[in-house]
Amino acid sequence: MAVEVRIPTILRTHTDGAKAVEGSGTTISEVIDDLETRHSGLKERLVESGDLRRFVNVYVNDEDVRFLAGVQTPVKDGDTIVVLPAVAGG
Amino acid sequence: MRYESLLDSVGETPLVGLPRLSPSADVRLWAKLEDRNPTGSVKDRAVLWMLIDAEKVGRLRPGCTILEPTSGNTGISLAMVAKLRGYRLVCVMPENTSSERRQLLQMWGAEIVDSPAAGGSNEAVRVAKGIAAEHSDWVMLYQYGNPANAAAHYEGTGPELLADLPSITHFVAGLGTTGTLMGVGRFFREHKPDVRIVAAEPRYGELVYGLRNLEEGFVPELYDETLIDSRFSVGPRDAVRRTRELLEEEGIFAGISTGAILHAALAQAAKSVEAGESADIALVVCDGGWKYLSTGAYEGTVDEAEDRLEGQLWA
Repeated sequence: MAVEVRIPTILRTHTDGAKAVEGSGTTISEVIDDLETRHSGLKERLVESGDLRRFVNVYVNDEDVRFLAGVQTPVKDGDTIVVLPAVAGG
Repeated sequence: MRYESLLDSVGETPLVGLPRLSPSADVRLWAKLEDRNPTGSVKDRAVLWMLIDAEKVGRLRPGCTILEPTSGNTGISLAMVAKLRGYRLVCVMPENTSSERRQLLQMWGAEIVDSPAAGGSNEAVRVAKGIAAEHSDWVMLYQYGNPANAAAHYEGTGPELLADLPSITHFVAGLGTTGTLMGVGRFFREHKPDVRIVAAEPRYGELVYGLRNLEEGFVPELYDETLIDSRFSVGPRDAVRRTRELLEEEGIFAGISTGAILHAALAQAAKSVEAGESADIALVVCDGGWKYLSTGAYEGTVDEAEDRLEGQLWA
């Protein structure tokens, strides 16, 4: 299952500056584990005790995974995953 | 309809059907026209409630200076009310906001302190908190954490929607301070718990997410995720495309954040159609398009508009 994962500026130190990387897995959690094998340190910035960190938002095809199944949200071939820091709107 | 003064006319906005954008006879979209408020945006509701609340508890007294971080509409609304009530207003505003918003603020007599474009509203909040610490006598109503912001929607927007659309199944609004979603969300959790609450969050260009570290991230103090059922991130391309569709199909000239909300509402509508359910989906038209004409969102191709919005706080 190949998916595109878009990485925010602040985490690109882990991806050699790449804005988007390819990952594989059937859930968000598996994709993050897969990314960690090539982009060391990324997982720790995203996840804390099995859950997304407070100021990290992850979207699958534009939907916030916190309202789907969190890190267990399923992903399928061709999905786009976007990682963004939580910032103020309004 | 007759009112004693302009401030008395806040709220009780029309709810209009969107027959051409609704996907079927069983899945219908309805737009709550919040641009019909006195300064042309949904923020008049929150501002009036926060102000009355602060006056009631004695935080605001004649001659006070009000300080607020705002990317536009809250400031514009505050500026109008502050002028009528005799307060001085200082707004902290990211420098990458449209010139119309600045002109309107100045017209109503507000003073503007610029915050850096990089970091967007996050920086405005940080700068405002710094200024507040230096001026202990200034009053920051602080829309991100003031319960009166959500109360305006719990007491107003929510009951109005239920009265006008008793068959409502979904409510879709923008996620900024989270006040609209929290207030309406709580109202429906208590009065019609089957109603699903859908958030549309604008996704800006990279500049806006330029934090120095993740710990500088920001979640408004008002935000309670149990009051929301799904949350969509909407980029400028989809927001512009939908803003134009709303004008083209239904004749409504709305701001760009409304396009983002319509995008999420249509995504929800498609899910309802697919599931074979009937649905009455109410969405918020936050403001009209007037203040955003200079952004270039309404001219040329969608590609061109998307390029012009890069780096701007368009919602």
